[in-house]
Amino acid sequence: MRAVLFELRDVSLTRGERRVLDSVDAEIEPGATAIVGPSGAGKSTLLRLLNRLADPDTGTIAYRGRPLDSYEPLALRREVSLVPQLPALLEGTVESNLAYAAGLAGKQLDAAECLRHAGLAAEFAARDVSRLSVGERQRAMLARSLAQQPGVLLLDEPTSALDSEARDAIEATLRRLRGELDISLVLVTHDPEQARRLTDRVIRLG
Amino acid sequence: MSTSIHLSLGQVAASLALVALAAAISFWRRTDLERDIVVAAVRSFVQLTAIGYAIKLIFEADTIWLVLALLSVMVVFGAFTARSRATKVPGAFWPLLVGLTIAAATTLGLVVALGIFDPTPRYLVPVGGMVIGNAMTASAVALNRLGDEVSDSRAAIEATLALGATAREAAEPFVRRALRSGTIALVDSTKTTGLIFFPGTMVGMLLAGAAPTDAVRLQLILLYALLGSVAISALVATGLAYRNFFTPAQQLRELGE
Repeated sequence: MRAVLFELRDVSLTRGERRVLDSVDAEIEPGATAIVGPSGAGKSTLLRLLNRLADPDTGTIAYRGRPLDSYEPLALRREVSLVPQLPALLEGTVESNLAYAAGLAGKQLDAAECLRHAGLAAEFAARDVSRLSVGERQRAMLARSLAQQPGVLLLDEPTSALDSEARDAIEATLRRLRGELDISLVLVTHDPEQARRLTDRVIRLG
Repeated sequence: MSTSIHLSLGQVAASLALVALAAAISFWRRTDLERDIVVAAVRSFVQLTAIGYAIKLIFEADTIWLVLALLSVMVVFGAFTARSRATKVPGAFWPLLVGLTIAAATTLGLVVALGIFDPTPRYLVPVGGMVIGNAMTASAVALNRLGDEVSDSRAAIEATLALGATAREAAEPFVRRALRSGTIALVDSTKTTGLIFFPGTMVGMLLAGAAPTDAVRLQLILLYALLGSVAISALVATGLAYRNFFTPAQQLRELGE
């Protein structure tokens, strides 16, 4: 039997008057998957459904063969970690953010290792988050998620706010992550080229 | 502390000259507040006169049940009023009602238990009114701030939830700021009391002919009681209200959901 990470059946979601997701059927396999589509196609919303930051109005989502809502939401979010589009770190240092995330997941923190995986030098640990550039914050967000040692990383437009140099660096980081860690990636992007560069499979919305 | 002062309605009417002055300034500088100033003057006259007669009745009846009834009405009206300032907080009424009730019960219970005041209408009614009024203002400010903080910080809250934090953990920095802003006004005014302004109770007692030392001591007791009640009401109201932003599955509710 083929292993399926997420299985979505007839998933719909309406917000106000707007049908954000309309009867979506999809299977996401282990490895790297991209979700592509135009703005407003519901890509980010779909990602939020996968770690239960929101629930669909109708339809079912299964994770590793079990209904998503049969998992304890907090434990699920530590296993299926979402890196949001906008960097939103807690006040304090990069290390205190990493320690917070690791503590929630009950994991031992190796800050230098997490930072290295996210493409940041170990010195960044002591840096106050308010003094980071947007690109550095994106990477610190990634490092924070990695501190929880998740099985799946959900990445919402991880390079949307970056210039081409910073984008290339994040892409290199993600490629390296796939090689070094046993982790699945689900990447939302509006850029089909990026999807091709980083992932094996593409799900098209809208 | 038995002092008395008798004022005629004519004297009250004469003080309306100051209201006219305020309305004239508004008209002259076009702040468009004349109507509100008149409404405020009329409402305060009607409300205070009514409560004056109600208090007179309660004092004459001298029963604790009427006191409790009056304080309960104040708490319910206080919660309604504060809710209108906390429009961004879903279901704000109950947290406010519980906060005001606990603040009033704890504060009045303590001042009686510590032997500061006798449990008689003469003390419980005015002190209860002040306690509930200040607690209402503080919890309204706190919940107003909480609503602003949560709606401005949805991305940050969701980012923390996404790590597997509980709603309580994700909301904690915002609840703390809301609690602080609800309490800080009274803390600051308490710091400057006697230097920059004379508080109302002390002024009232001095005008009524009390000894300055008595006026000061009563004022201090009330200020300390108010600090306690304001902190309790803001703590309880914010501690209950933040939950209404989240679903049982620890999701941040959509706005207007």
